Amino acid sequence: MKSAIIQLETLTCPSCSQKIEAALKALDGVDKESINISFTSSKVKLNFDEGKISLKDIEDAIRRMGYDIEKSKIK
Amino acid sequence: MKGKVKMQRYILKNKNKIALVNGILIIIGFFSKLIFKDINVHALFLIVASILGVAPIAIQAYQSLKVKVVSIDVLVTVAVIGAFLIRNFEESAVVTFLFLFGAYLEQRTLNKTRSAIKNLIEMAPDTALKLMENGEFEEVDVDEVDVGDILLVKTGSKIPVDGTVVSGEGSVNESSITGESIPVSKEKGSKVYAGTILDNGTLQIAADKVGEDTTFAKIIELVEEAQDSKSKAERFIDRFSRYYTPIVLIIAIIVWIITRDIEVAITILVLGCPGALVIGVPVSNVAGIGNGARYGILLKGSEVVGDFSRVDTIVFDKTGTLTVGMPSVVEKEFYGDNIEEAISYLASVERESDHPLAKAVLEDIGKVEFYPVGNTEVIKGEGIVAKVNNKKIAVGNLALMEREKVIISEKAKSDIARLEEKGNSLVLAAIDGELKILMGVRDQIRNGVKEDLKRLRKLGVKNLIMLSGDNQGIVDIVGKELGLTQAYGNMLPEDKSKFIKKLIDEGHIVAFVGDGVNDSPSLALAHIGIAMGGGTDVAIETSDVVLMNSDFRKLPHALGLAKAIVRNMKQNIFIAVGVVIVLLLSLIFSEWMNMSIGMLIHEGSILAVILNGMRLLNYKLK
Repeated sequence: MKSAIIQLETLTCPSCSQKIEAALKALDGVDKESINISFTSSKVKLNFDEGKISLKDIEDAIRRMGYDIEKSKIK
Repeated sequence: MKGKVKMQRYILKNKNKIALVNGILIIIGFFSKLIFKDINVHALFLIVASILGVAPIAIQAYQSLKVKVVSIDVLVTVAVIGAFLIRNFEESAVVTFLFLFGAYLEQRTLNKTRSAIKNLIEMAPDTALKLMENGEFEEVDVDEVDVGDILLVKTGSKIPVDGTVVSGEGSVNESSITGESIPVSKEKGSKVYAGTILDNGTLQIAADKVGEDTTFAKIIELVEEAQDSKSKAERFIDRFSRYYTPIVLIIAIIVWIITRDIEVAITILVLGCPGALVIGVPVSNVAGIGNGARYGILLKGSEVVGDFSRVDTIVFDKTGTLTVGMPSVVEKEFYGDNIEEAISYLASVERESDHPLAKAVLEDIGKVEFYPVGNTEVIKGEGIVAKVNNKKIAVGNLALMEREKVIISEKAKSDIARLEEKGNSLVLAAIDGELKILMGVRDQIRNGVKEDLKRLRKLGVKNLIMLSGDNQGIVDIVGKELGLTQAYGNMLPEDKSKFIKKLIDEGHIVAFVGDGVNDSPSLALAHIGIAMGGGTDVAIETSDVVLMNSDFRKLPHALGLAKAIVRNMKQNIFIAVGVVIVLLLSLIFSEWMNMSIGMLIHEGSILAVILNGMRLLNYKLK
């Protein structure tokens, strides 16, 4: 398990985080319990299994929902 | 697939431009109706405006439906399509414009509410001057700095990491960490913190903590978490809105089936949008907690804000919170003549001692002529007897004077009684058995504490209680002078937590003010633990409210702010719910309600709650 912090463009509606959360929960390899989306700081924090999914796949899923990614970090 | 996604992203990116073009088309459309009286041209413009305007909304709706969320976008898209079907192009165009323009204004204003924390984040520099292997300093990205690296910080620049000064000196503005703008001087061995500014001088520092481990990064993270944390009420609203939007959709469909009136059905869709309710509470939270962060007050989340705003009892953990913590000479009396000489003798003898009282006395006397001291005899618990210039000097308390059979006049006796009553420790000095000097030494009340306590009372705190390890006599005096409700001395840490337990059992909402070092049980036990932390990790982590830099003066602001945030949230809920009720009632009972007016009022209410929340950014305690 790796943990990632993804900085998004500024989120403006609380339902944005709902949408992103739903999209991330649908991904195989992402720890559903660990998903934490901060509306205020427009950040996504989550743990994922590197064997199953890459950070790039996760980022793409967010982009497909229409949100830009400013930068991301793996810890 | 790729192309489609790109197209969608392009449209979403240019949402604001679309809103602008959309608005212009609508205006041209209406003018063409007025001037050319041409209904067809008018309709054409509005149709184009509607299609253009609904595109980004429909894309967002599609995306959320894909992940099984019925968002506001879904409601609006269905409403616009409905209006289109009944050929009401005016409404479809105006609604898309209002929705897009509203979203634009919301984004602008929301960014403002987040500005407090954003300004704070920008205090952390992106680059650092790092000592390279060739012995020169080179500018590198701050991510490339590791623990142990030597960095150069020049005048006017920001310190990039937590570290220790290895050479140089200067003064640092630490307001980003402590909220205190008076510069702190730094020299070799001093600790410096990321995000603080070197006002003057040049420093070389060794990095101790980098990246997310710095105190500054931790504070930012705590503030962000606090702003995002949700109270019970908010979680309820969230859950509520998740079911609320689908329900609105179903109601609209039912109304349509029964009445066969699309106009009414789509108006319900627009009126039902829960925008202001969903955004109202978080906005107050974000702006309010942001305000606190700027003043060096960390409120950990909206739950804390709620509890804190209802506090009726504040317990202070020691005398030192309310007093300076350093004894000093507050009163002195002299007897007989040759006083200057007596002062010199007193200072000469006190110089031999490291007793706290002696330090206070020397501090008060300042620079005088010192004489050599001989035959020094320290009498434990009483004082010092010594020979200076062949005279017998006795410096100490009343017991020592009695032992030395010093004659004390009636006037001196009454002075002594008066000083003792005020809680002073006494320092007496006698030369050859004759009392010359009487000094009263005590720990003084901190500047402004009296006014601050008054402010707390005004904010509705009924009980101000001090629990101290000091003896009851001192505690009584401080308590009386400050007008505390209760003051108890000789308290051990476990006595304190028992006392707090008792207060809670009696039904009080209790805040405990401590330094987080040995009173963590009490901090945890109280409803609100307030740490007077000078930026220490323990204090920041164990408490609910942190006053950076141990600044007591921030306590009234913190409490006032918590109350203001709660008030603001209630106002926002009132606005949001009120607007929905008014809209629904006017749909039933009035003629003038339609989709466009509904959207206008709806967007207006969202802006109203955001603007109301923004007032918290400028909150100041009167």
